[in-house]
This record gives sequence, C-alpha cells and structure tokens, in this order.
Amino acid sequence: MDILNAIVAILNFVVIPAAAYGAQLALGALGVTLIYGILRFSNFAHGDTMALGTALVILVTWGLQAMGISLTPLPTALLALPIGIALTSLFVLGTDRVVYRFYRKKRSEPIILVMASVGVMFIMNGLTRLIIGVDEIRFDDGARFLISVQDFRAWTGLAEGLSLRVSQALTLVVTALACWALFRFLSRSRSGKAMRAYSDNEDLALLSGIDPERVVRLTWIIATALAVTAGTLYGLDKSFKAFNYFQILLPIFAAAIVGGLGSPLGAVAGGFIVAFSEVAVTYPWKKIATYLGFEPQGMLQLLSTEYKFAVSFVILIVVLLFRPTGLFRGKSV
Amino acid sequence: MSNSRQAEASSPWRAPILLIILIALFLAEGSFRNAMFSGSWNTALAILNMGLISAIMALGVNMQWGYAGLFNAGVVGFLALGSLAPVLVSLPPVQGAWTAGGPRVLLALLVGLGTLVLAAQVWRRMTGPLRLLAMLAVLIVGFVIYRRLFDPAVMAIEANNAAAAGNIGGLGLPVLLSWPVGALFAAAAAWGIGKVALGLRSDYLAIATLGIGEIIVAVMRNEEWLSRGVKNVSGIPRPVPYELDLQSDPGFVARAAEWGLDPATASGIWVKLLYAGLFGAVLLVLILMAELALKSPWGRMMRAIRDNETAAEAMGKHVTRRHLQIFIIGSAVIGLAGAMMTTLDGLLAPNSFNPLRYTFLIWVMVVVGGSGNNWGAVLGAILIWFLWIKAEVWGPELMRLVTMPLPEGALRDHLLGGAPHMRFIALGLLLLLVLRFAPRGLVPER
Repeated sequence: MDILNAIVAILNFVVIPAAAYGAQLALGALGVTLIYGILRFSNFAHGDTMALGTALVILVTWGLQAMGISLTPLPTALLALPIGIALTSLFVLGTDRVVYRFYRKKRSEPIILVMASVGVMFIMNGLTRLIIGVDEIRFDDGARFLISVQDFRAWTGLAEGLSLRVSQALTLVVTALACWALFRFLSRSRSGKAMRAYSDNEDLALLSGIDPERVVRLTWIIATALAVTAGTLYGLDKSFKAFNYFQILLPIFAAAIVGGLGSPLGAVAGGFIVAFSEVAVTYPWKKIATYLGFEPQGMLQLLSTEYKFAVSFVILIVVLLFRPTGLFRGKSV
Repeated sequence: MSNSRQAEASSPWRAPILLIILIALFLAEGSFRNAMFSGSWNTALAILNMGLISAIMALGVNMQWGYAGLFNAGVVGFLALGSLAPVLVSLPPVQGAWTAGGPRVLLALLVGLGTLVLAAQVWRRMTGPLRLLAMLAVLIVGFVIYRRLFDPAVMAIEANNAAAAGNIGGLGLPVLLSWPVGALFAAAAAWGIGKVALGLRSDYLAIATLGIGEIIVAVMRNEEWLSRGVKNVSGIPRPVPYELDLQSDPGFVARAAEWGLDPATASGIWVKLLYAGLFGAVLLVLILMAELALKSPWGRMMRAIRDNETAAEAMGKHVTRRHLQIFIIGSAVIGLAGAMMTTLDGLLAPNSFNPLRYTFLIWVMVVVGGSGNNWGAVLGAILIWFLWIKAEVWGPELMRLVTMPLPEGALRDHLLGGAPHMRFIALGLLLLLVLRFAPRGLVPER
C-alpha cells in the first residue's frame, strides 16, 4: 500500500500542480515564440498583455455575474474570456499600429523593438493598475473541486489524499484544445502556412505574394488570445494580482528559450520542463521517501520554495550553455 | 542601431540646454510651493541625490550598451550585489554569529565553488561516453557535501539573536571603503556571468541576464544570514554627520539661525548637500574617466566592434574578450551605485529590488538621454528620476483636473484613487515618443 500512497502523493503534490502550471507557461511561451518568429523581437510587454487581458476578463465576469449569468459548475470567467480576448486584441493591434509598425517599416534593429516593447509594457502595466487596482482578486466561482481529498480517501481507503481542482482540470483541457487548434492552424490552413513561410524567410514570403501586414495582424491576435487565456487560467488557479504577471513573464521567457525561440513545439516542451523542474526542485520529498521505506533526516528539499523563479533560469542557462539556441534549435537574429 | 548611429551631426547645444532645464526644475522644486512643486529644498536635494546615483547606474548601463551594444537586462542584480557591500564591510560584526558558523559557511561556499570548477574541468578534459556521467557525479557529490556543511551553519547563524540580528554582520570598516568593494562584488559576478553568457546573441543575452539578475535578487531575499532578507538591515554607518547631532551642536544652530532657518530644516539640507557633494564628485570622476577612455584608441576600438563585429574581428580584435572587459567595467559601475544607494538610505531592503524600477527604468534613462553619450545618459537619468518622483504628485493633480466635469461618484473616486499609477503610463509614453522622434536620445552620440 505504501507504494500506492507514494504515487498518490507524487501525483497530488508534484504532477498535478506542475502540469497545470506548465500548461499556463506553455500558453504564454507560445505567444512569446510566435511574436519572436514573425516579428523578430522578444516582447517584454507579453506579461502585461496577460495582466491587462485578465483584468478585462474579470470586469466582464463581474458584469455577467451582476446580470445573474453564470456557468456553474464552471467558472463564469470562461464566458467572459472571448470578450476579454477581443478587447485586448483591439488594444494590442492598436499598439502595433501606433508603435511597432513604424520600426518594422524602417527595418530597425530588433533591439529597438525590444525597447519599444518595454515602453508598451510600462503603459499596459499602468493601465492595468488604473483599471483594476493593485489588490488581490479572486474571481473563481462555480465548483471548487473535481476530486477532493476527503472523497478520494473515502473511495480508495488510502492514507494519502488526492485533489484535483476545477481550475487545474480546466487549465489542462483548455491548453490541450488551444495547442491542438494552433498546431492544426499552422500546419493545415492557408494563413497558417503563410505565417510559417513568413517566419522562415521573410523575403521569399513577400515574393510569393503573402501580405505581411495580414500575417503580422494574425500573429498579434493569436498571441494575444493565448496570452489572455493563459492569464485567465493562471488567475483562476492562483489569484489575480497585477504585479504577478510580470513575475510569470520570467519563467515564460525561460520556457520559450529553453525550447528555442520561434519554435512552437519547443515552447510547449519548455513550459512543461520549466514547471516540472521548478516543482520537483522545491518540493520536500521527505514524505514520499518515508512511504518508500527510507527515513530521511532532513526535508529532502533541494531548494526552498522562494527559489522557484531562480530554478527556471538555472535551467535556462544550463540549456543555453550546451545549446545556444534552445533544445529545438530556435532562431537567432 | 548601426543605421542611426553615425547620422547627421546634432547641435552641440543640446546637452547644455538640457542641463539648464534640469537646473531650472530643481530650483523650481526648491523655491515654489504650488500644485506642481513642493517648495522644499529638502525634497529637491533628496531627489537630486538619488538622481545622481541613478546617473551612475545609467553610466554603467551606457558603457555596456552605448559603447559595446550589450543588452544587460540584469541591472537590478548587479545593483543588489553592490548594495550588499556596505553591510558586509562597514557594519560591526554580530556578536556570536561568526563563532556560530562563520568559518563553516565560508568552507561550504569554497566547496560549492570548487565543485563548479571541478565539474567544468571534467567536462573540458574528458572525452567519450562517460563525460556527462562524470560531470553529473561531481556535481551531485559536491552539492551533497555543500549542503551538509552549509545548512547547519546557516541555521546556527540565523538562530543567533534572530529578532535583532540573525545575520553574520560586517567587518566594521569605514563605509566609504565599501563603495569600491561593491564595485568589486559586481565585477566578480560579471566576470563569471560574462564567461557563460556573452557568447549568446542579443535577445538570448538579454533574457539570460534578466534571469541571472532575478537569481541574485532571490538569493538576497532569502539568505537571511547574509542580508537578513525581508527583515532588512538598518543602521548602516554614514560618511556624513547625523541630523540629530547637528541639531544639538550649538555652533551649527547659531549658523542656521544666521541663515534664517530652523535647525531641523537646516540640518537636513546640510546633510543632503554633503551627500550631493560626495556623489557629484564620484560622478564627475567617472564621467572624466569614461570620456577619456572613449576618446582613446581603446574607445575607438570598442565602437568599431559595436558598429561592425565582423569587420573588427577581421582586423584581429578579440571581440568576445573586449565584450567581457566592458561587461565587467559597466557592471562594476552599477555595483558602485548600489553601494552608494545603501549608504544614502542607511538601509538594505532586499525586498525592494524590483526589476521594473532598477532595470527597466535605468534603461529608459539611458535611451531617453542618449545611448553612447555619457553626458546624455547622466542628464537623462536625472531628468527621468525627477519625472518619476514628481509623476506621483502630478498624476493625481492632472486627474483631478480631468475628472472635474465628472459627477461625484464611484467612477471619479476610482480614477482619482488610481492616479498614482499614472507614472508608469507617463514614463512609457515618454520612452515611446523619444524612440520615435529622437531615436538617438535627447543628447545623441557625437
């Protein structure tokens, strides 16, 4: 029985949280990687796009709740998500029009675009704070648990319990759907092929009659949709705090780079690699070792939880040492 | 930026004009009391002092970016390392901490460093299929020994008088000595980081340094034996007199009365003036050295490398080595600024090291001021710092004006409440406008 207990504990404390977190990172990293692949710069405003989008989703959610519309047992935010995506996309397309297009036309160095994205980051950060404030907001309504610890114990008679929150299950399902749709879009549809062609060789794509502005618009919309989805799922899973999304930008960049910038498959792999390492390195393994018959003295925790974000960068640096453009051989300008 | 670097010659009057505008702003801050300015010399000098330190940070970033085109997004990390120096150099040692675990911590750190060196050597010297396994074995064994030594020592130090201390303290040396030590800390870290990261291309380098900066800040926040973490280290000695001592000094009180000031205000102003003199002197020496270096053959070589790496390499310049050199020098300057900042605050607050404020804002300063131009970076830094501080006052004032026509109610209250966050929007807008209409900054490179 103890091996079963150990497996349940690993599932409960490592696999499920890391999978949900990894899915959120993967969605974010997909957006970063798409923008890098098409527009050829690292978008520092991506984290604040997530924050602004999530703030808008929360506002729409409140509006829906006030009208008495809900989606129980699922969170109402799911209904608000498409509206949030549409609003944020409009804003992001506006920034492209006002800010980035000028440098694209001038063929400025990528670093200028990065700087401009820092400017956009400041503005979006301020707007988010202005719109929704800096307080912590919980907006998950509906059922809390798909499987709760007590139920699981009652069903199985194991000492160790397993819990699966609705937000975690939802994260995994939505991410799987989004990835499936995105990869299908990129490999099958005309526009997706145009995007890939543009990303591989800009000049050749222009020669073959691909409209670059259309490709760029599509990229922004898709990246924004992924970002707002990731942000909303993260907010449902933990809670919404304007500043948290700058923090999560760092592991998202790490994920995108570990996979190789510009490679969508790499972004997904990178997201899960980063998340699983973060959780595994900061989880105290004592309980599981005890189930398996070892009686350790310490907590068997490699690093304290505060070093979570540092772990993603250690992975990043180790990967870059051996593969300077990431595991899936990404682009470099 | 090669397409815009050597653009048309710009007016030589730009730097003096910007300087005059800055002086006018500070004079207005000190002398007028209205909706825009505080009318307090104490406030004006406080802004100026932090502005001078920001100018030194901007100078360091400008060396890396402006001379060499290196995008260092880990400014906050080097700053944090430098700001640790006053604690370790000038605080008195904590009673009992050293005996509790000092030597053991040092030994553990040496073991950790030795493990890394050994692993690198194994990787370099060995060939064949066992290479990876051997390196991993070295790392794992080294890590276990390190933790065996490190953990109990840290627990012992942190348990020692945990409420008031819990850290290892310092050496009790004069605080001014800690400034070059801060520069050394940052330089040493830059050497290690540069060895690893400088082979990377632009965006990869930016994000790698961003990550390393976060790692350094995470260490500062959590290693309480070193920096007390969130409990902050206060009471760092000063190179200038304390206000309270001045106020009880009859000679000073008499002189203040001569000027028609009450002793409290006068002592604040006098202390801040002394700091401004110290910081200004350091800044001037740094600018002088930077200008001389930039005009020397070395400076021409650096700019040649920046503008065309391939050509410079073909001329026999060792690009990576030069990049490492300038990365170390720039980081040392940032570390120096960190040590000065802790000295000015009298406090080390590891929780306050926020990349938005200490990496990206510094970058805004350099870009707005004029990258590649030392005077531009310095003037830009002081200007942006002034705006950053004042935007917190001007934002709500502006909002009050804008919301005047709105009826009293929830929306108006919400907008007024959120107005302090306007500073982000204002700074972002300023950065975008400068990037668009003066991409080489307010005081461009000559």
